Amino acid sequence: MRIHLPAAIYAIVALTIASCSGDEPPVARQPESSFQKQLQMQLINAKPGDVITIPEGVHAINRGLSLNVSGVTLRGLGMDKSILSFKGQVQGAEGLLVNASDFTIEDLAIEDAAGDALKINEGRNIVIRRVRTEWTNGPHEKNGAYGIYPVQAENVLLEDSVAIGASDAGLYVGQSRNVVVRNNRVEFNVAGIEIENTMHADVYGNVARNNTGGILVFNMPDLPNPGHSTRVFDNEVVGNNTTNFGAEGTPVASVPAGSGIVINSNDRVEIFDNVIADNDTANIIISSYYATGYQGTRDVIDDYDPYPETIYVYGNTMSGGGSSPDGLDLKALKVAKFGLTGSFPDVLWDGYVNADKVDENGRLLPEYAICIDNDAAQVLNVDLGNGSENIVVGDEQHRCTHDKLPAVQLAAPPS
Amino acid sequence: MRPLPIPVLLAAAAAATLVVACGKAPPVALHPADAPPERLSDWGVVLADGQAFEFNAGVVPYDLNTPLFSDYALKLRSVWLPEGTAAAYREGRELEFPVGTILSKTFHYERAGEPGGNPGNEPLEVVRADRESLLDDGGRLDLDRYVLIETRLLVRYEDGWRALPYVWNDGQDEAYLELAGDVRSIRFGGEDEGFVYVVPDVNQCGGCHKPDHTAAELRPLGPRAWQLNREYRYAAGRRNQLEHWTASGILEGVPASVPEGANWATPADATLAERARAYLDANCAHCHNAKGPADTSGLDLTVDAPVDRRYGICKPPVAVGRGSGDRPYDIYPGRPDDSILLYRMEHTDPAIAMPELGRSTVHREGVELIRAWITALPGDC
Repeated sequence: MRIHLPAAIYAIVALTIASCSGDEPPVARQPESSFQKQLQMQLINAKPGDVITIPEGVHAINRGLSLNVSGVTLRGLGMDKSILSFKGQVQGAEGLLVNASDFTIEDLAIEDAAGDALKINEGRNIVIRRVRTEWTNGPHEKNGAYGIYPVQAENVLLEDSVAIGASDAGLYVGQSRNVVVRNNRVEFNVAGIEIENTMHADVYGNVARNNTGGILVFNMPDLPNPGHSTRVFDNEVVGNNTTNFGAEGTPVASVPAGSGIVINSNDRVEIFDNVIADNDTANIIISSYYATGYQGTRDVIDDYDPYPETIYVYGNTMSGGGSSPDGLDLKALKVAKFGLTGSFPDVLWDGYVNADKVDENGRLLPEYAICIDNDAAQVLNVDLGNGSENIVVGDEQHRCTHDKLPAVQLAAPPS
Repeated sequence: MRPLPIPVLLAAAAAATLVVACGKAPPVALHPADAPPERLSDWGVVLADGQAFEFNAGVVPYDLNTPLFSDYALKLRSVWLPEGTAAAYREGRELEFPVGTILSKTFHYERAGEPGGNPGNEPLEVVRADRESLLDDGGRLDLDRYVLIETRLLVRYEDGWRALPYVWNDGQDEAYLELAGDVRSIRFGGEDEGFVYVVPDVNQCGGCHKPDHTAAELRPLGPRAWQLNREYRYAAGRRNQLEHWTASGILEGVPASVPEGANWATPADATLAERARAYLDANCAHCHNAKGPADTSGLDLTVDAPVDRRYGICKPPVAVGRGSGDRPYDIYPGRPDDSILLYRMEHTDPAIAMPELGRSTVHREGVELIRAWITALPGDC
């Protein structure tokens, strides 16, 4: 890394220092913007109840910011007016890292962070409202991983926000509990919205377009808590066909371009009343951990459930989709099974099941079933576990229903 | 109070500057938590006059078996306890220090090229030296040869520790409180590329010094039994630090048997695995422990954790983003170049680099150690 500064700045610094320290030759210093330092001091000295205002303008920040005090609000004048720009960030894995509860952030933008734009680690009662996180040069593998990333958080309201260009997930809620993600717009991320190892999440009213995968509900191994009980409804998940630009080795790198809504290894997930269209691999994908490319000689740890179970899909409006799946295997499968001009059905399932939870015919017991009660929508079971030897379309086992999940209740949501 | 050796007195008398040697240095002074002094000298822990740096009387220097890497900065550490108090021995965590304790860590480099400086627009040019800092026989650091960058204090108050970063001036006779941190442009002698040395802001201090992220208490990291169980070259001669602290009355309760600490850099004294594990603890486990801020990753690199999947063996990443480097597992036995952990050590891009704070350069010797260890690990994934 080489530091480039206008010679004039150095000259001023040199003069200033030389004039007050006699013969001692000066040491080069890199000036930091006064706004950055002022904001850092506001964050350091914050007291519960403080409102820190981000004025209108593009504010250059080159170091990661952090907040460790609960009860603070960070407020700008609009996601297109108050912009924290981290272009050229030299330090910090996040633009803004929050280790605090009762935190509200609204009406501002975080652009071009080196790593994650906004990470909230282990907070309660979090409101993220009308915040834009964006990598301004469009989708690129060198963009930061996550736009808005609450993790191990509880009572999270993430609404009316925008996430563009994240090389992993635009909105990523990890290992959290009681979460509402609504009325956001996510575009040109690898994953538009990802709910991972999270209990009780409602995801609705969002628009996910032009991502690699629109909305993901995942469970990963090796983490303290498995997730379950997520409702994905009233969203518009359309044309998520951007080439996967995520780094290999990340969970989302296995998501094929053209994925609308993806459930991986998660349980008790409801997908209803969405408009899901023109996602070229499939409008809905339901898969196990074994489909993520991590299977092999390594075994999955004991207390991890790699299978998607108790899935309920109903009332969605689905069209297009499945016409040009990503990846050679899927392409070949589509041509072989549905012809050059044909399409996959709306729902793609990898077909892995837990052998302890099936009946004598190898079908999931009713309480664990993958139920599709959605007009003419059909399931394609690609039977990955058996090398796709027994591919089935429209199996009757999916004609079933589950009890519906209750709505998420945020405990005493801050105003 | 430790007696000052004759050479110090002579040198000081000649320079007529070193206040401690002239007996004029006021003693160490505590300040209220809500009014930290702007000047480091007001604490009286370290003394510097532009010619030399030394610790005040009653301040005990110490070193660690396996320190955190910080861009090849040399580090001088010290502990000071109020008269009549002592720390309590603890195992598995840091020693329990009494209220009023002041820990200091002074980051400095050996200058490259002409003593005294780097005129004009050049970055500060220093020596890339992977070694421990040594005070001279007089207990001093010669500031013609070395340049002080920052001194961080951890001060123990009734309600917990406070972190205070002080940045040294160009005259090298005072350091000033910089709660928002600072950046310095530095280059290793003979190399084309410089780097940005970052003094953390106060919030970032907690990024490492809150190893229990839920409790969110600031804590010292270095002064643990296994890290302190080693010799130090005191003015009066070499001695085990825990013995010296006990004899000085600042530490109580040291048992007959203390955990042996591995020095990551001395192959003669420890196995490859012991050195690697000590290194990963010192550099990673303040976040990557069962309660740390990086428990979100499910990776635990504490020195006594079992070397299994949670230690990274064949563990796929969770929220690694670009940090995966297209590699499948944190640690892939026998295959360092397929191990994410090593990839993150080998990079300085903030989106990839680990640790997240305090490292703008690659620690070549650390990378070499971890590479050798992973290469030697048996098994497959």
